[in-house]
Amino acid sequence: MTTVRQISVFLENKSGRLLDVTRCLGEGGVNIRALCVADTSEFGVVRLIVDDPRKAHESLKEKGFTVKETIVVAVAVDDQPGGLAGVLKPLVEQEMNIEYLYCFLEKAADNAVVIIRVEEAEQAIGALNVAGYRCIPADELYMM
Amino acid sequence: MYNPEIEAMDRERLAELQLERLRETVRRCEEMVPFYRARMREKELSWKDIESLEDVQRLPFTTKDDLRENYPFGLFAVPTRDIVRIHASSGTTGRPTVVGYTRRDIEVWSELMARSLVAGMSDKSDIIQVAYGYGLFTGGLGFHYGVEKLGASVIPISGGNTKRQIRMMVDLGTTVLCCTPSYALFMAETADEMGIDFKQLKLKSGIFGAEPWSDRMRDKIERLLNLSAFDVYGISEVMGPGVSIECEQKNGLHIFEDSFLAETIDSQTGEKLPFGEQGELVFTTINKQGMPLIRYRTRDVTSLHDEPCGCGRTHLRMKRVRGRTDDMLIIRGVNVFPSQIETVLMQIEGISPHYQITVDRIGGLDIIGVEVEVSEDMFSDRIQGLEEWQEVIQEEIESYLGIGVKVVLVEPRSIARSEGKAVRVIDNREL
Repeated sequence: MTTVRQISVFLENKSGRLLDVTRCLGEGGVNIRALCVADTSEFGVVRLIVDDPRKAHESLKEKGFTVKETIVVAVAVDDQPGGLAGVLKPLVEQEMNIEYLYCFLEKAADNAVVIIRVEEAEQAIGALNVAGYRCIPADELYMM
Repeated sequence: MYNPEIEAMDRERLAELQLERLRETVRRCEEMVPFYRARMREKELSWKDIESLEDVQRLPFTTKDDLRENYPFGLFAVPTRDIVRIHASSGTTGRPTVVGYTRRDIEVWSELMARSLVAGMSDKSDIIQVAYGYGLFTGGLGFHYGVEKLGASVIPISGGNTKRQIRMMVDLGTTVLCCTPSYALFMAETADEMGIDFKQLKLKSGIFGAEPWSDRMRDKIERLLNLSAFDVYGISEVMGPGVSIECEQKNGLHIFEDSFLAETIDSQTGEKLPFGEQGELVFTTINKQGMPLIRYRTRDVTSLHDEPCGCGRTHLRMKRVRGRTDDMLIIRGVNVFPSQIETVLMQIEGISPHYQITVDRIGGLDIIGVEVEVSEDMFSDRIQGLEEWQEVIQEEIESYLGIGVKVVLVEPRSIARSEGKAVRVIDNREL
């Protein structure tokens, strides 16, 4: 599997809610690999890549959060100018609509990892592979 | 029917019975209650002037304020030694109102509740869980006595402790549930969490009341709890639950007219309205000793209907109550009932049945806010997806009410659950 499961959580814009989410994951023994918050003036969505999506989902749901899993693509990018543009090019050429993306740095290597949300994940992986990019399999990403 | 002789009585005979009881009630009020005596004198009226049922319109109204001013026992028509039961309203908006019942009043009330239970598909063989609050509130004990009168088995569990409620339903095989509609929905949610499917329970009907609710909410309750839901109406000042009840036609609630004389009036002018026209509901109790009421203004808004009903009952029907004149919000000149907003919310597939309405005044403009909990069906990792929901709900409400509202998505369970009457509106305006 080269697609990756991302956990999303609905949050009201109230102080302490992000703390509640992270604390809940900590208590559940779930480690956060990457996190991104998207928000409006009233609410936000926290998107998370974790080492154990199933456990994360369960512990958050138990605490009463609204949780959803989505399939995203993680791709390794050289950490240098123009790196991200290179990744986006094959996707745009295929007229794929990128809903959102966010990045984090890989500890071990000199790479950045881009998490991309597109409707057609498998197709995106194909296009990226053809363009010479390596999509990071779920197991590897969760353990990074 | 529990009492077909009365419930399907020929209307002419019913009118005779009503007139006789009305005259007797007015006579006792005049003789025993100084408040009524003074009011009648002001109008230069006596019970002897009541010669037809239409003459009820000559009588003065009684209001909630009158009850408060005569707190606690001023409107009782019997000495307290004849009173066997006292109930009281919560008094959240002022002094509580106190109601007293004689032994005969309790018997009448029990029978009306038994009639209500039968209309709501119950009989002797049923196991009936009464999850209305027991105590000063009339809901719990009113139902309790009705179930015993009927001869069914009552589980007097009262409100609260929802998990235990569900376990009781499973273990004891409850067939009929009685509680507020908002509490019924909360039970559905709790059962779901406990992994219990209502389809596996023996529930066949539910008798829900004590707060206004919509037909859409009925659909939701019937689907989630897998039962047939009936609306019961009551008002503690007049008696308690069992003033009127839906029959299997579910097209209005039959008022027990052998005990209550109903009118609808224009709440501004006090003029009596014709059948079918919406106005404030007014009751005169004609079968009550402890605290009879003459033309009591309920502030509930509904219409009365005299068309024959398919169930065979001859008593008048009232439409389901849309709201109270004092629940009614006037927003930029438009009358809005919380139940209208509920109707819209219940129509939209996938949204949670819990909601809260807020009213604020910002820069002189009244703003209605509707808080809706984000359900799993609604939730998406895309902000745009959530905003689309917000817009859909907002547009649906706006097109129904004709005024703008602001929909706010909130986290699940952040809206307070109620085990009794739900508080739907928080009015932050300083009027």
